[in-house]
Amino acid sequence: MSDKVLIQVRNLTKHFPVKKTRLFEPRSYVRAVNGVSFDIYEGETLGLVGESGSGKSTLGRTMIKLYPATAGEVIYKGKNILELSEKQMKPLRKELQIIFQDPYSSLNPRLNVFSIIGEAMLEHKIAKKGKDLEDKVKEIMEICGLSAYHMYRYPHQFSGGQRQRIGIARALALNPKFVVCDEPVSALDVSVQSQILNLMMDLQDRFGLSYLFISHDLSVVKHISQRIGVMYLGTIVEMASKEDLYKNPLHPYTKALLAAIPKPDPNQKSDISFIKGEIPSNVNLPKGCPYHTRCPYAKDICREKVPENREMEKGHTVACHFAGEI
Amino acid sequence: MARRILSKSKDSQAMGPWRVAWERFRKNKIAITGAIIFFTIVLLVIIVPILSPYKLSEFELSNKNLPPSSKHWLGTDEQGRDILFRVFYGGRISIMIGLVTALITVVIGATVGAIAGFYGGRVDNILMRFAEIVYSLPFMPIMITLSFALMWRVPSQQKLFMVMIILAIISWPGLARLVRGQILSLREQDFMVATTALGLSTRSKIFKHLLPNTLSYIIVTATLEMASAILTEASLSFLGLGVIPPTPTWGNMIERARDIKVFSSMPWMWIPPGILIILTVVSINLLGEGLRDAFDPKEIR
Repeated sequence: MSDKVLIQVRNLTKHFPVKKTRLFEPRSYVRAVNGVSFDIYEGETLGLVGESGSGKSTLGRTMIKLYPATAGEVIYKGKNILELSEKQMKPLRKELQIIFQDPYSSLNPRLNVFSIIGEAMLEHKIAKKGKDLEDKVKEIMEICGLSAYHMYRYPHQFSGGQRQRIGIARALALNPKFVVCDEPVSALDVSVQSQILNLMMDLQDRFGLSYLFISHDLSVVKHISQRIGVMYLGTIVEMASKEDLYKNPLHPYTKALLAAIPKPDPNQKSDISFIKGEIPSNVNLPKGCPYHTRCPYAKDICREKVPENREMEKGHTVACHFAGEI
Repeated sequence: MARRILSKSKDSQAMGPWRVAWERFRKNKIAITGAIIFFTIVLLVIIVPILSPYKLSEFELSNKNLPPSSKHWLGTDEQGRDILFRVFYGGRISIMIGLVTALITVVIGATVGAIAGFYGGRVDNILMRFAEIVYSLPFMPIMITLSFALMWRVPSQQKLFMVMIILAIISWPGLARLVRGQILSLREQDFMVATTALGLSTRSKIFKHLLPNTLSYIIVTATLEMASAILTEASLSFLGLGVIPPTPTWGNMIERARDIKVFSSMPWMWIPPGILIILTVVSINLLGEGLRDAFDPKEIR
């Protein structure tokens, strides 16, 4: 990990329109991501945790322009990629890749592995048709732990873990700089999870990749990330280095999340009460701090004013009015 | 291509979705029976009129209404024409109507459905509302009106094409809706999101990723559409609204049975086309059902 910033995300916002049920109803929006800003450094893994519906996947997909953003900037190589046309974007596409959660729906069942991996290599002229392409597909397959012998098999002939390797090979075939990993191991069983995680860490060292690693599994994120962001209702409420976050969580939501990690000791009583209730609807966001509806420390100011992101220590930001006091 | 087959043969276990479907189809005895019956009928329909000593325009009034004999195996009709020849020649017309109708239906339906599903939004709205309008047209009254209006202007030969086009026009909306629905759901799948992330062209997205995944539905629909077109043409011709004599079709040959004398005492005139219609339609339906089971996407995965 170096100090060079690879991607700057500024105020990224993504709202999905909700289908109107009545004719003259005012249009409402699902506010999936609300003004998120952060940097990704070269060669690092930024973990992103949060419960279901907090906007993690939407954030990951919007920042590499798979969904059109509602507002904000994503600066990569000095350009705001959200303003580029699809044609201008094309050479950058190969540098910004994604690995999906579901190894079943992420591979086209009608194409064999060779076509799945090779198609984009041809499109970006990374390989020439014929022997060259075949060799390059073989090479990337072997790097990702697949036997080149399986090149002409189809997705339905592979297990979940192997399919995830195919998905990784497809993304890495284009020599990306940055990969959004959208819960890449949550659909796999535990023994396969560790294989895939280790593969991803090896590949990171080998190719100098940067990852945005999205997960709701805190132990997985702790294993792979250098920095971690905690997301709640479309905003990043706390972001810090792994060590800081686990030792000194400042946001009450982060504290509650960490307290919820099961401990392998049946006698130890947890002293923090678990988070009450469910995440509020992101169509009608709560006024003030998004977390105030579930926060045990909420005061009047929390219900009125949205807390600013404050840097409490170097590289440790938190959005809470009472950070450090509670 | 040859190279691909060669490299494929290195890994004998590389089974594509089409191979898997074929293996499954092959094990389905009912579907195979349907396929054999259907292709036998197609073969007979091609060969019999060629081998027959009789011709389409040939008639001898002195030989009219003859029961089956060694000279006319299935007898003759009221103008002394050979029934065996006419029933298989009529089969050519009926099956051709089925094939061409299914083909036009697929071309219009799949194109409209694919465009609506891929582009969505306003394009989708306009195309689908239009399809619904066509879908809701009352078919029989329109057909009756059209045949009377065009009865004297359209020669018998061209009436055939009129029937095909009308049948296709009323049946494409069903397929368009099916394909649109499929494409809408495919579009949300992660592998389609991946095509955007990989920077693939729109052409590749449609032709390599979307359409191949709907092809199995299209093939099944086309097969079943063919059977229903043969039946509809038969009922139209039976009512005198479709293809009219002297061009024979199974429908207008059965029409003779409306005459009570033919119905009760000359069964050789209407039983052969009747049996052929049943055999053809049943066998196509069995074939189509077999294809549907073979392509079942839940098992291809």
